[in-house]
Amino acid sequence: MPIESEISIGDSAKKSVEFASEINGERMEINVGPSHPSTHGVLRLMVELDGEVVTKCDPVIGYLHRGDEKIAENMTYNQFIPYTDRLDYIAPLANNVAYAIAVEKLADITIPPRCQAIRVICCELARLSSHLLGVGVYAMDTGALTVFMYTFTERERLYSLFEELTGARFTTSYTRIGGVARDIPEGWLGKVKNTLNKIEATLEEVDNLLTRNKIFYDRTVGIGVISKEDALSWGLTGPNLRATGIDFDLRKDKPYCGYEQYDFDVPVGSTGDSYDRYLVRMEELRQSIRIVNQAIDKMPDGLWYAEDAKKIFPPPKGKILSSMEELIQNFMIVTEGPQMQPGEVYFEAENPKGSLGFFIVSKGGGVPYRLKIRAPSFCNLSILSHLLKGCMVGDIPVILGSLDFVLGECDR
Amino acid sequence: MPDDLKVKLLESYDFLSERESLDYLSLKCPPNDLVEFLTNLRDQYNFNMLIDVSGVDWNDEAVRFSVIYHLYSTIEHQYIRITSDCLNNEMPEMPSVVKIWQAADWHERENFDMFGIKFIDHPNLKRILMWDDYPYYPLRKEFPLAGIEVDLPSSEIAEVTGAKVKSAPMMGGPFHSNPKGFMSDNEPRARDQSWTEQREKPNCN
Repeated sequence: MPIESEISIGDSAKKSVEFASEINGERMEINVGPSHPSTHGVLRLMVELDGEVVTKCDPVIGYLHRGDEKIAENMTYNQFIPYTDRLDYIAPLANNVAYAIAVEKLADITIPPRCQAIRVICCELARLSSHLLGVGVYAMDTGALTVFMYTFTERERLYSLFEELTGARFTTSYTRIGGVARDIPEGWLGKVKNTLNKIEATLEEVDNLLTRNKIFYDRTVGIGVISKEDALSWGLTGPNLRATGIDFDLRKDKPYCGYEQYDFDVPVGSTGDSYDRYLVRMEELRQSIRIVNQAIDKMPDGLWYAEDAKKIFPPPKGKILSSMEELIQNFMIVTEGPQMQPGEVYFEAENPKGSLGFFIVSKGGGVPYRLKIRAPSFCNLSILSHLLKGCMVGDIPVILGSLDFVLGECDR
Repeated sequence: MPDDLKVKLLESYDFLSERESLDYLSLKCPPNDLVEFLTNLRDQYNFNMLIDVSGVDWNDEAVRFSVIYHLYSTIEHQYIRITSDCLNNEMPEMPSVVKIWQAADWHERENFDMFGIKFIDHPNLKRILMWDDYPYYPLRKEFPLAGIEVDLPSSEIAEVTGAKVKSAPMMGGPFHSNPKGFMSDNEPRARDQSWTEQREKPNCN
């Protein structure tokens, strides 16, 4: 709108309002991502700025969409396990466990205690691995590069443990429906304890470097504050929800895998800002170490797979080669998939990033009719357009880092 | 506790009916009463979180599209599953619940993207995982697993170069066994046999 050259005195108030709105009208749009170091993957943000202040933020996702739900409808339950590795690829073991429990709920299988304990160790090691990376890159986003080096060293140790347990460092595919792929190797538990001691020492160092660090404190306190009401309305889960002060942890509220036997605390924040989210993650790391130590001390003997899961596991190799019955059964399980009852089940597990849910609609047979993946990162990111409004541009990397998301899971 | 809740809900709302479920309480609600019912569930029954919204394509059944809501109560620590059927099979529609939970925003956009279910009164109903001009709804049952060749997302480049987004190769793809012959003949695990390299593509419009 052009400014009129003549300004009548009586209208000065109106004019100044118009003039101000015109300055306001001059906004700049910038594009962050999809390939930007602070977006931790392929998140794209269309940000509208008024000076340094974000007035509008439109997240664009889907750059990593692979159609996992469509793929799941086209393969048997067993075949989908490797695809769950690629959801939250920072913590594949936890995804494996969540998927296996969801299908076991449909198949109505009870898991022996040893297998449950192994799964708990897997989940918590995955949580350690995920939070170590989360805290490390978060510190890097705020300018503290050292912490990332420390936490990544610890993650390498964890990867070596995963490799010994599953055969793969990254895409583990360790669980089977009705158990885990193999028993823990000899001496592995001792190595885990050893590594946990080292991680504990590193956590101490990270604590000293960050928690009372003036620069880190100034950059994170009061930035990206999420209220309890907002967090519930946007469906946030995991550490991001707990940082707002809501005591929501499925390991306590809806125990699975025998989590009720372990003694651990659920840390909650008080203000829901970026600093609280960091504190919650740090404390969860310590609690995970506690859980793993308890699980190792109480490790029960027995089988690492359910014996009543005969409809799901192929029969032993020797029997396939000598007996007609087993040969047919093996053929049916491999080609048609394990036969499930018709029905609907939903299962959610407390994963490092939040609640990872699998909703399975079965019409019988070996293939899910519909498998919906409720990805925590997807829900956690949906608050972005609300959260970033009114923030400074320099705070965007801090807020993104504090939310700790993974796009592989968000886009599925 | 869930049994009490079930009796209470079925008594208070006569439009509800029970649905079969293997785990949590599952109820069916007609779309016209959905917004009011879910608001009451949030305000009076403490279901304060919308966990998940999931569309289902029932293919050739009488009702083709359903939307399934999972709610969770952080106070009572329980889940509830609400199913609502879309009345029109050709142009599926569902009232939006964004006003009750903001979480529904992206969930409903995703279901619009994947199934073409239109959420009425949604503030910003556009595609979320696929690009804006994408012509198909990929999670509908008639859509082939490999995908269908379409124009590139950026139309300027597509016009100049004539480049296309190609379908995924089914031979040697995730269902790889024998590269010769029809996929459906030598790979029984590949359920999607609607389209192979030799057969015609289905019509997905």
